[in-house]
Amino acid sequence: MAQVKFEDKGNGNFLLDVCGFVCPHPQIYTKKAIAKMKPGDKLELMFDNPSSGESITSMCDSTGDEILEKKQESGKFIWIIQKV
Amino acid sequence: METVDTTEKRNQIWAFLITGILILISILYYKVNVYYIYLIVYIWFGFAYGIMLQYGRFCFASAFRDLFAVGVPRMFVGIMIAMIAFSLVSVFLAATKMETFHPGPLGIHETIGGIIFGVGMVLAGGCASGTLYKCGEGNGTSMLAAIAICFSQAIFVNVGGWFDKFLTGYVWKQPTLTVANTKMISENFSGAARFFVGDALINTIIPSIVLFIAVYILWPRKGFLKKRMKEKSGKKSFGDEIAGIWAMITQSKRTSIAGIIIGITAGIHILAMRGMQLKFHVNNFGQLLTRMGHVADVSSRGTVFDPGYWYITSQEAQLGAWVLEKFGIDMRKNIFFGVNNGLPAPWRNPALWMSIGIIFGAMAMALLNKEFKFKIPKGELIVWGLLGGTLMGIGARLALGCNIGAFFIRIAGGDPGGWVFGAGMIVGAFIGVKFFNWWTARKMAEAVEDF
Repeated sequence: MAQVKFEDKGNGNFLLDVCGFVCPHPQIYTKKAIAKMKPGDKLELMFDNPSSGESITSMCDSTGDEILEKKQESGKFIWIIQKV
Repeated sequence: METVDTTEKRNQIWAFLITGILILISILYYKVNVYYIYLIVYIWFGFAYGIMLQYGRFCFASAFRDLFAVGVPRMFVGIMIAMIAFSLVSVFLAATKMETFHPGPLGIHETIGGIIFGVGMVLAGGCASGTLYKCGEGNGTSMLAAIAICFSQAIFVNVGGWFDKFLTGYVWKQPTLTVANTKMISENFSGAARFFVGDALINTIIPSIVLFIAVYILWPRKGFLKKRMKEKSGKKSFGDEIAGIWAMITQSKRTSIAGIIIGITAGIHILAMRGMQLKFHVNNFGQLLTRMGHVADVSSRGTVFDPGYWYITSQEAQLGAWVLEKFGIDMRKNIFFGVNNGLPAPWRNPALWMSIGIIFGAMAMALLNKEFKFKIPKGELIVWGLLGGTLMGIGARLALGCNIGAFFIRIAGGDPGGWVFGAGMIVGAFIGVKFFNWWTARKMAEAVEDF
């Protein structure tokens, strides 16, 4: 069962795993996850729906949240986002 | 690193293989009968759409959904750009009588269909065309949605005779019009100017720009100006607003670029189909199927569904009906299949080949970009895919088209009905987002319980 996984890894680091989810879930969960974090906190985001990546990039561009790292391996995306 | 290289190479081989299969199919069809060039043209335009949709992550569902859900206008921008580009090419086509576009009956059914379709596309995670390109990415939820679109439409137009009454008693009594053909425009303008002013300028470009500015004011403007004022000193000027609009256009370059190319391609597609019709002296592929002896494929009028331009849902309804017919259900005693669109075998269905081309094109592109991943739908996604697809199918039949046939093509072709459908689609997307916001908030609350 596709399950959203949101974890507080301590020291301002969070993990959001929305692999298996399609639009619009990854972008909505990312927005909600960032809203629960404090400025400066980092989110490790894992997803596998390519079009969500385009929307999340635009979303961060608007909010000012910074995408520090973008990794991609066999259809899976792992991004690090820092809340502004 | 070697594993990555191997995967990359394997993906490339698959992409070439897919393209090769389509080339082989094209050659085989041509060998069987030269009339199949008509069908081959559909295949390759479908392939081109698939490539561009996947490259631009071009999904009409996200245009309004992402605005309401996460405040992202990138896909809205892409669609407006595509429609403007397509409308300009359509002016040339209409002026040279190479247009295959027919306006749809104008009425409230378009808005009602649009609302149902809009809710469905948010639930399914993609519009009708988006669902197809996502199938090409290996997205199982989209595959379920596509199957649901096929069967929901086929059943909807066949059960109880209701749809026939809807067509004869209401839809066919509604006016059809393009702005260029209204009295005001046709009396004051002639030649290409008539189509430019009526169909492109009044029906497409001006409303698109007005919507564009409205979206800019409602969404990115505040954040953009705040950021810009921090960086520069002095007062806010008109130049800052222009910079803000430009930033909105260029926020996702790949979507905006895809928008321009899709718009132009949709126009060239019409030109190519009209060229095929002139070459074989026909107005519909059904005439060619009849000439080849496939009389069971065509409707009582001797036609099959052959829009002559980009279209998605009707051919999916035909596929659904063809399958149901194999189970012994009579699918021809209705206007939709029996009189209008026929029920060709899937391998002789021109528009269905366009849809297959879209899936293959998107698959090739996703493979080359290492974005292909087969995802089996699980849990709630099965429900969203099937429910969303069913709603899209019903909405598309009520409105006589989807986000492409009832919205994109109609608006650029000068039919105000495209906006009537679009208004419904926006309302539907809003309702869908409201529901998902509530749903995801619940799921998120469960996920953070352990914090």
